Order: sequence, then C-alpha cells, then structure tokens
Amino acid sequence: MHHTGDITFPVGPQHPALKEPEFFSFDVDGEKVVSADIRLGYSHRGIEKGCEERTYIQALYLVERICGICSHSHATVFCQGVEELMGLEVPKRSLYIRTIVGELERIHSHLLWLGVAAHEVGYDTMFMYSWRDREIVMDLLELATGNRVNYSMNTIGGVRRDITKDQGQKLKEGIDALEKKVIYYLNVGIQEKTFMMRVKDVGVIPKDVTEKLAACGPTARGSGVPLDARRDDPYAAYGEIPFEVVTSDKCDVLGRTLVRIGEVLESCKIIKYAIDNLPEGPIAVKAPRKVPEGEVFARYETPRGELVHYIKSNGTEKPERVKVRAPSLGNVLPVKYMLEGYNIADIPIILAAIDPCFSCADRMVRIEGARNNREMNWQQLRAYGINWYKDK
Amino acid sequence: MNELYKIFYLLVFPGFAFLVIYGLLLEWADRKIVARLQNRVGPPWMQPFADFIKLFAKEDITSEKADRFMFAAAPIIALAAVLTTVIFLPLTVPALFSFEGDLVVLAYLLTVPTFAIFLGGWYSVNYFASVGAMRATLLLFSYEVPLLMSLLGPAILAGSWSVSSILAFQASHVWIAVYQPIGFIVALVALVGKLERIPFDIPEAETEIVDGPFCEYTGRKLAIFRLMFDIELVIVASLISLFYLGGFSYGNIFLSALMFFVKTFAVVAFVAVVKASFGRIRIDQMIDFCWKYLVPAAVLQYLLIAAAKIWM
Repeated sequence: MHHTGDITFPVGPQHPALKEPEFFSFDVDGEKVVSADIRLGYSHRGIEKGCEERTYIQALYLVERICGICSHSHATVFCQGVEELMGLEVPKRSLYIRTIVGELERIHSHLLWLGVAAHEVGYDTMFMYSWRDREIVMDLLELATGNRVNYSMNTIGGVRRDITKDQGQKLKEGIDALEKKVIYYLNVGIQEKTFMMRVKDVGVIPKDVTEKLAACGPTARGSGVPLDARRDDPYAAYGEIPFEVVTSDKCDVLGRTLVRIGEVLESCKIIKYAIDNLPEGPIAVKAPRKVPEGEVFARYETPRGELVHYIKSNGTEKPERVKVRAPSLGNVLPVKYMLEGYNIADIPIILAAIDPCFSCADRMVRIEGARNNREMNWQQLRAYGINWYKDK
Repeated sequence: MNELYKIFYLLVFPGFAFLVIYGLLLEWADRKIVARLQNRVGPPWMQPFADFIKLFAKEDITSEKADRFMFAAAPIIALAAVLTTVIFLPLTVPALFSFEGDLVVLAYLLTVPTFAIFLGGWYSVNYFASVGAMRATLLLFSYEVPLLMSLLGPAILAGSWSVSSILAFQASHVWIAVYQPIGFIVALVALVGKLERIPFDIPEAETEIVDGPFCEYTGRKLAIFRLMFDIELVIVASLISLFYLGGFSYGNIFLSALMFFVKTFAVVAFVAVVKASFGRIRIDQMIDFCWKYLVPAAVLQYLLIAAAKIWM
C-alpha cells in the first residue's frame, strides 16, 4: 500500500529545536516520518552582494560576521583566497597562530554542539556541564585574541595579534584542564543509558549514500568517509603538524557524537604542538590595496565541514564576486535522507547532529519561470509591504 | 463545629490553601535541587509564586480554531480532580471520608488530569498539541497499569482497599517498603511517568513538540495547569509515603507534620535527582520499558505477597 502520511507536521521557521529560522515539513504517519521536505532561505542577508561593494579589507570584516560560531573560519578562508590572488608569502608564525585560533574555535564549536545535542534529547545536565566547560575555551580565545566571538584575528597578509610565550603557557594549561573534562564526557557523560537510547541507530546514513549526497565534515566522518580539508589540501600550518582524521563507522548520531568528541581531543593535541613549535618571525606582511585580476577557490575545514570561498577579482580594490559555500549546505541533502523513516521525537536530534548553521548556508534562490516572479527595488518592496497590510 | 471543621479541612488544611502553598514550595525545592545538580544557582524560593502571579496577570488567549468550552474547561477539570483527592488522604490529620474501596476512587481521580490534558491538547487544534495529546494518552497506557498494581500491593498485604486501613496496618507493622521493595521501586518509577517528568516527559518534550498539549495555553489557563502539576506532585508524593513509607500519623501533631514534610520532600528529591540524571526517552521505548520490565516486576511482587500470605 502506498502511504503518504496522515498529516503534515511543520518544524520551523520558528521552533525550539531550531536555533535559526528554517522550514522543514514532514509527512507523518502517527509518530513515523514518511517524508521530509526542506526549504532554505529564511535568513538570507545579502553578504555576498555586500562584499562586492567593499574593499578587500572591509569585506574581511563582513565575511567574519557570516557565522557567529565559525567566524575565524570564514575570515581565514577569505584571507587565504585573497593572499593567493596577490601571491603573498605569508609569515609562518602567522600561519601557526591562525591554526591555534582555528582549533580553539573548533573546540568551542564542538562543546557547544555537545550541549545542544544533549538538550535536544532532554539531557539537560550534560547541556549545562558542557557549556560550563566551554567557558574555559572561551576564556582562552579571549586571552589569545581579545574577543570571545568575532576575534578579528586575521588580516590580509597575516594576523593582527601575536601569541606571547606567557600566553602560550596559559593556553596550554587551559587546554590540559579542558582535555580532562572532555575525556570525562567521553567515558561518563555520553555513556548515560537514556542518551545512548536516543542516539544509537538513529539517523543512520550508510557510507555510500553519504558520499553520493556529498556530506562533509563530522557528518561524513561519522559515516566512515575520511574527508578532511586539513589533510586533503593542507592550509595554514596543517601540513607540518601531525594529527589524525577522526572517523567512526557507526553511521548514526552516536557516530557523529564520537567523531566530534574525538576531534576535540585531537584539536587539543594540535594546539599544544603548535604552541611548542611556534616559529619566530613577523606576524604579518604588508598587503597591496589592489588585487591582480584572477579567480581563486579557497578551502577550509570548519568545525561543521568543508567551507569554500570563491573570489573573483577584476584588478580593482573591490572583489567582483564572492561566493560562499558553507558546510551546512552540503549537509542538507544527507539530513533529508537521515530523517525519513524515524520518529517525530528523533527529528530534533537528527537535525542537530549535522550541527546546522543555516544563516551561513542561506543563499537567495531565483526560480526562473515561477508564477508571480518579478523583480523589485527597495522602494517598490516597501510600498508592496505597506499595501499588503492595508489590504489585509 | 463539625461543619466548620469540614470547611476548614477543604479550604485551608490540608485542603486548597495548604496544597497550593506547599505545591509551589515543592516546585521550588525541585527546581533548586535540579539546578544545583546541574551546576547552576537555581531560583529563589518565591520564584514559583512569582511565576504563578505573573501568569495570572498575563493575557489569556484562546486560539480561533480551538473549542472554546473544552479548552477552558480542561485546566479546571484537572485541578478540581487533583484537589478532590485530598478528601481521601490522611495528610497528618485523619481523612475527611474513608470507606472500603476509596483506593479505587483515588486512582480514578488521579487519572482524570491526564484525560483533561488530552482533551485540552486535542481541542487546541494545533499540530504540536494534537501530537502531545496523543502521546499523553499513550503514556497513560504504559505507566497507569504498573502504578495501580504497585498501589494494590500494599492493599493486598493490609487486606483492605482503604487508604486509612493500609495506614493502620503500617502503624502496627513496619513500613510496607520493607515488605515490598520491588513494588516500591515500581511505584517510584511509575510516579515519574504520572508526573510527566524526565525521562518520561514525552507529552511535553519542548524541543520536539513545543510543550505539547500546553502549546496553545497562555495566562490563567496555563497557570492553572502548572498549579495542577505542583499539587499533583504533593498528592503523589504523599500517596507514596502513605502506601510505602508509613504515612504521617504519629499522634503528636508536630511530629506528624515533620514526618509529612520529610517524607514528601524525600520523594520530590528522588524525582529531582532522576530528572537531572537522565535524558528523555521516546514513546516507543517508554511503552517497551513499562510493559517489559515494570509490569512483570509488579507481577513478581504480587507472587511474592501471595507466597508470603500462604506460608505465614
């Protein structure tokens, strides 16, 4: 019998399981999800267009604000792209500092995720604990960069602040304390029976499907696909630092959880190694204002997966085109696959398991040939809005 | 004088006024314990009172699609049923009414709130409320049988279906929890389900179905529902104390009152620790758990009682 589900169950655009507006509609049969439909585009902010009207250095601060959690990732990948266009030789010390901040950011993002995931299944104690311990890494970020979020660490041609010996020592102490807490979560926190019941064999996506649907980051690695831009296409200092790509062959939410916790431990090692082997030298070189004509494709492994910036320059001091492909966009199709066949109760944890960051991923979509498709400028849009409410 | 006492019993102690104040205080104790276990500061003691007053002052919205009568009646029915149970419970003073079989009336009155929640959610006409309402009923089917079985265990042992007689039995023997440890554990677990708390807060599940049946409720009606849960906490905690922990009749009024507070607080502390230690399980896992483990455990307890009755 063909079954299409009894009712349509909406999640979003406003829903407690979602931290950002996005619309998911589910055909459900009782408590079972028969099919899922995802509609993106609720938090489009026009950042790509905004970049075209700014100089490169101004655009750097704008792209840093694409995401509140992986802000350093966006800034670094943009810098990498522009530096490649300019043909700049970036000092080694600044590459190491970028790596250190990038890994601190990964730790903070994964601990934040762990809390959110626990909260989605009602395991609030874990939520409170992991967010309490996340404060350690937030303090370390503040120590190293001066800010808790939007660190403004990068500039084209290097970094803006140095990490002194004293700061390096404090960073290492903080990381040691954090490592102990994370091992405790791995061995005690997530082993809690009810948490296990909710994450084991939930949201299963086999390895071949993961590859076919182009998942990235911990979502792919949780299904045993060892994709990691840090290893596949080393940037910053990753070519010189030994580290392992954490994978899990469990293919479910538990696999993604284990991968993230493993990555936190791996990040701790990377940071300690980078501080111990911090090269001497300047932290930045002077960059020209104008960028030679050309186009570049820069890659970066954010906490959520592979981030790509495409930058096209026309030889002026403003970019002609900036295209951002955030990792969450790559994980949207896999999440549709994961959701189908599970319960309504599993929706929040499966959605959370890809660590979605929708406002990064949202792009404007123009549908050719759709009904009522027309272009408006700002005044027309305003008039349309006023009239719409008048007629209502 | 007698009539006056009855009015005092119903309205002041241990009736309405006492239950409201003690319920809100227990809610605070519960929130504070959970907060401390979660490494938070927790609310000050007057927080539940402030929340209650605030909700009463807020706008009361009935959604357009909702059935106005049932939507408004559900919280009142739930609260009335929970308050009525106090007539049959000897909370430090002898119960107002006591007869052979009041245990059944008590069980019935405690089931009414769940149905009120179901009706309130169903007549809200909202996706989340409907799913929550169905879950509340499914939850009832899974915890109600073990809960009733665990309450009947003491009744069989005492040879009477009256709460006061079970209490009298315990006064002459030791606590029933000592005779029936399995039944006691079953009762405690089923109680967490009855109160719809973590790990069994499946009907509300804020991250999944947005507070479920209470999704559309605001203002006064929501305040009444929340008050109902607080009073239910007192009633169910006293029920466990009466059936398994020897009740509160010690002759001396001060000692009785002290034991009442200590025992109900102990039960609340237990559910608070449970709340802080677990996550929320799924409805299918809940039904599995109740029928695979709790009901057989309760049956095992019955067999042990029967064996003990035959041999002794």
